[in-house]
Amino acid sequence: MPARAIVLTGFGINCDNETERALERAGAETRRVHLNDIADDPAMLDGYHILAIPGGFSFGDHVASGKILANRLRGKLGGPILKFVADRKLVIGICNGFQVMVKMGILPLFEGEYRQEVTLAWNDTCRFENRWVKLRIAPDTKCVWLRGMDTLEVPVRHGEGKFIVKDDAVMERLRANGQIALRYIRPDGSPADGEFPFNPNGAADDIAGICDPSGRVFGLMPHPEAYQDGTNHPNWTRMENLPEEGMGLRVFRNAVDYVQEELL
Amino acid sequence: MPVNRIEVAMKGGRPDPAGVALCARLHEDLNVQVAEAWIIDVYTLLGDFTADELEKVRADLFTDPIIQDSAVNKSMASGYDCVIEVGFLPGVTDNVGRSAREGVQDTLGRALAEGEVVFKSTLHALRGVDKDTALRIAQKALANELIEQYVVKTAEEMADLDGEPLLALPIVTQRSEVVVHEINLEVDDDALLALSRDMTLALDLTEMKTVQAHYRAPQTQAERAKRSLPANPTDIEVEVIAQTWSEHCKHKIFSAVIEYTDENGETREIDGLFKSYVKATTETVSKRVDWLVSVFEDNAGIIKFDETHNFALKAETHNSPSALDPYGGAMTGIVGVNRDVLGAGLGCQCIFNTDVFCFASPFHTGEIPARLLHPRRVLRGVHSGVRDGGNQSGIPDINGAIVFHERFLGKPLVFCGTGGLIPTTTAGRPSHEKAARPGDLIVMTGGRIGKDGIHGATFSSEELHEGSPATAVQIGDPITQKKMADFLLEARDLGLFSCITDDGAGGLSSSIGEMARASNGAEVHLDKAPLKYAGLAPWEIFLSEAQERMTLSVPTDMIDAFLDLARRREVEATVLGTFNDSGRLECWFEGKLAGSLDMEFLHEGLPRMRLQAKLNPPAPPSEISVESNDLAADLKAVLGSLNVCSKESFVRMYDHEVLGQSVLKQFQGVAHDGPGDAGVIRPVAGSKRGIAVACGIAPKYADLDAYSMMACAIDEAVRNLISVGARPGMIAGLDNFCWPDPVQSEKTPDGSHKLAQLVRACEALYDLCVAYDIPLISGKDSMKNDYKIGDTKISIPPTVLFTAAAVLEDVTHVATMDAKRAGDYVYVVGETHDELGGSEYAALRGLSGGTAPQVSPLGARAMYERLHKAITGGLVASCHDCSDGGLAVALAESAFAGGLGMDVDLAEIGVKSAVSALFSESQSRFVVTVNPGNLLAFEAVMAGSPIQRVGTVMAEPMLRIECPGGTHVDAPIAELKAAWKAPLAW
Repeated sequence: MPARAIVLTGFGINCDNETERALERAGAETRRVHLNDIADDPAMLDGYHILAIPGGFSFGDHVASGKILANRLRGKLGGPILKFVADRKLVIGICNGFQVMVKMGILPLFEGEYRQEVTLAWNDTCRFENRWVKLRIAPDTKCVWLRGMDTLEVPVRHGEGKFIVKDDAVMERLRANGQIALRYIRPDGSPADGEFPFNPNGAADDIAGICDPSGRVFGLMPHPEAYQDGTNHPNWTRMENLPEEGMGLRVFRNAVDYVQEELL
Repeated sequence: MPVNRIEVAMKGGRPDPAGVALCARLHEDLNVQVAEAWIIDVYTLLGDFTADELEKVRADLFTDPIIQDSAVNKSMASGYDCVIEVGFLPGVTDNVGRSAREGVQDTLGRALAEGEVVFKSTLHALRGVDKDTALRIAQKALANELIEQYVVKTAEEMADLDGEPLLALPIVTQRSEVVVHEINLEVDDDALLALSRDMTLALDLTEMKTVQAHYRAPQTQAERAKRSLPANPTDIEVEVIAQTWSEHCKHKIFSAVIEYTDENGETREIDGLFKSYVKATTETVSKRVDWLVSVFEDNAGIIKFDETHNFALKAETHNSPSALDPYGGAMTGIVGVNRDVLGAGLGCQCIFNTDVFCFASPFHTGEIPARLLHPRRVLRGVHSGVRDGGNQSGIPDINGAIVFHERFLGKPLVFCGTGGLIPTTTAGRPSHEKAARPGDLIVMTGGRIGKDGIHGATFSSEELHEGSPATAVQIGDPITQKKMADFLLEARDLGLFSCITDDGAGGLSSSIGEMARASNGAEVHLDKAPLKYAGLAPWEIFLSEAQERMTLSVPTDMIDAFLDLARRREVEATVLGTFNDSGRLECWFEGKLAGSLDMEFLHEGLPRMRLQAKLNPPAPPSEISVESNDLAADLKAVLGSLNVCSKESFVRMYDHEVLGQSVLKQFQGVAHDGPGDAGVIRPVAGSKRGIAVACGIAPKYADLDAYSMMACAIDEAVRNLISVGARPGMIAGLDNFCWPDPVQSEKTPDGSHKLAQLVRACEALYDLCVAYDIPLISGKDSMKNDYKIGDTKISIPPTVLFTAAAVLEDVTHVATMDAKRAGDYVYVVGETHDELGGSEYAALRGLSGGTAPQVSPLGARAMYERLHKAITGGLVASCHDCSDGGLAVALAESAFAGGLGMDVDLAEIGVKSAVSALFSESQSRFVVTVNPGNLLAFEAVMAGSPIQRVGTVMAEPMLRIECPGGTHVDAPIAELKAAWKAPLAW
């Protein structure tokens, strides 16, 4: 039996096609489903192992990015999603999906219930930008999506990606739990230390993504689904050997491997 | 209904990046120093809400508890000297307010009643400014009085107000009685013309008399009597005729019979420019290419991509609305052209956007004529509109340009293009065939109808004048459109409709009027149409250009499934009537016939214009002969000229990778900042087949020679594609003409020359495209790009955007523009001539005259074939198009993008002067670098075309160019790059 993934769509989500493709290429049987169709039949989630909330501009980023979709998801599917997580299944939120997750409070999920502890605020530049970044996987992270990975190069495409915690205690807890998943670094591998454009938004501690204490629920601002083919990389014509597959696919392969090892 | 106000601000002590950005912008744009600014979001809730409910939406919806504080009915502003609140005027699309309303419903878990709404406004609290300065900031930077209202208050005044709302609620209160008027055409000629002007019909006397004659005809009178309609037309009938016959919709100038007198005084008759040149090009080329699917018939041109997919392409302009409201006008432009592609065939998925803008210098220091905005503000607004429209729709922007010329002060040009992909068959049918059949239902989907954009089609068929209507401006709503697009693609795959088209210029009157041609008639019930607010007359409903709407024909046995899917996707869909074969377009309102038009008269009754064109004798040939004593400084200045310099700060703000298909991006090279020549994507997963798209535009040559302007635009677009590896014979083109009024009249005394320039441009279009085997698959023209108020008249330079796209067989065999390795050889491909006329160098030195570049398409075609072979054969390390700024610019860009130096000798390049060698803008040239190991093979493939090995790439980061006459350039690449990046690094 293959791993099965469901990709959320509707209301301005717009990276659903490539997220679906990434999961398929990673070996998951994948379906793109409109939020309203899941809300009409929440039991549908039981048939899946992976839930992806893709990037986009849900509700135009109006009020605050991800906020309206977060409220709608929590209102319509709050219970079923918590059950999904409790069933040791995997969730990923990318870019707008990450914004949705922190605002609905399913990340960092310290106590297993919805509570907002962190946010993603306007970039320090106060502008939406599309640029490639280099990331280091936190060595002690519990994130199962990033197993065996050291660095990652993928694009960011957001206006509101500055990771901010409520207070020092939250940051301490994230660190202690291995919930910090990946950080922005410089091309030479040293920490970005908040410096633009390496850290593209001014995120605290250069944090680009976090996971829940189990490592199965994962959110990040950069777009791993945007680097599936070697030719996606901005410098592929300068590479000696063009890789057939982009580094971003590895993230989805990790998820499928996890499902196959632990859930099937 | 009660009004409550929720204000949201950053928590005290948190930096407010929006406030910081505003201070920086005010300093840059208005030279105003603001000590500190805070941006406060204001949500005004109209409706019955309990205190608990208000508290719940404040806390759970509007406030981010980590970084924001907020309050109900209490201001969050403090420590300021002045506040400026900006909100919309009644009836203007309020996207945030609409989303917030949905959020309120979700948060409270109940539906809001009709009329319970949320309005968004923004409070700017400023410290360190007085009230006069704040007023200036409000007018010049924050509010556009066409669509927005604002209030400025000092801290003391605010204290006195004690919480009173600052702005009036933007509710449309006009409840005019809805009546259908009769329009009396039994008047004299002067009164007919006055009628045309007063009703913004934009019809001339011949056209008005044609309408008059039609209504006088006994047969018309008999038909009207049968239907109990008055002898005179009703308002809706006149409006529909005017809009259908508008220049915007009928392309009257491109269809006109033209008596053309060339520069030698010889006269001939041209049987329509469109037919004789545009269509003729495609007819000729279509015999030599086998991939055309649908041209000129649909909302976009459609060609074959692979065995199972077709590719659609379209570009549009949205100039006049962008002049009045740059943000809303440009956003409407981009989401509008997206709908053209969504409405092509049975509905294409949009896969990329392109955008090209033309402005006056943002550093313009002269007077700004009445009703015009400073070009800096136009640039910022247009860019933001296209950015938000594209990004929020999830369509990557992959190619474009920003072009500057002083005469675009009179009218900015905003070109938006879109590519789309569609399976060759959908739901078992060929996806490019569609037709409304008698009996099919007329269904409108998407947004609601308001007074937005009424008379857009006729308005854009006039110059910008004192009375240009503010209602011509619309604001796009990308999210409503995105929901609709997702829904329509689902419905398409289920085979739920028989025809689809977009509601653009002319609104329903145009979409239904066009679709009804296939069935030969339609009956429309306008009182069924969903409105944003009450009080619209039937003609207003029919002509409104409110955005985000598509019209479909749905077979009756599909309608339930169609409406059900729409409901589940939260997309409004309404049955408005039925297509029939009555030969008439009939509009009903509340059970009464409001108008009945003969389809044949409506679509074929427009008399063809006859126009005179006479080309002014050209200026005597002159050569620009100029010397320079500091060529390196000149090169830096040319690199820093507005047309050449980097546009990265703007382009970075476009999402250029969503959909995950990106192969070549706008920026290339070691630091991802060199200017790429063409965008490339691979749109079908698992396939290496790709699409390359590029643009060419050259208004700067127009005054010297309109033929050259057109030829250079085409050659530039083609060069850009060849640079990345495209093959001649696989390239499709789009022509978008933007002209100053070319019809001779009192207000346009030089009209016949401008029309002759149009003839010359069309000749070039035919000559080049036939030589290059480029079928024109779609196009558009915008013919009234003038500004006239009082004695001030500004006409844009005649401009054509040429968009070119090519299917690539294997995207892994493309080239990029950055030099790759030290030791590679540098070649110049193509011939260099003394062609400084219209060049960036000439503009920089204030030199007029000279020769505009000439294109020799036959030689170029052969060269392009060879270069294609060299690139796809892997013989080329880098290839860069040589255009604005000449060879020196192309060499510098290739070098600094690669982070490498170059040592180059141009002494034998073919011209005698150093300035020409470096800065002449001769066409059909490239800078190519080649690995020494490929030298022989490269030269063998290129044999027969003019190539010259001029030097080598070197590790030392210097650009050294030996020039004719013993002079030279010697400059560090870092300095060149800095000069290129500086001017627009906003």
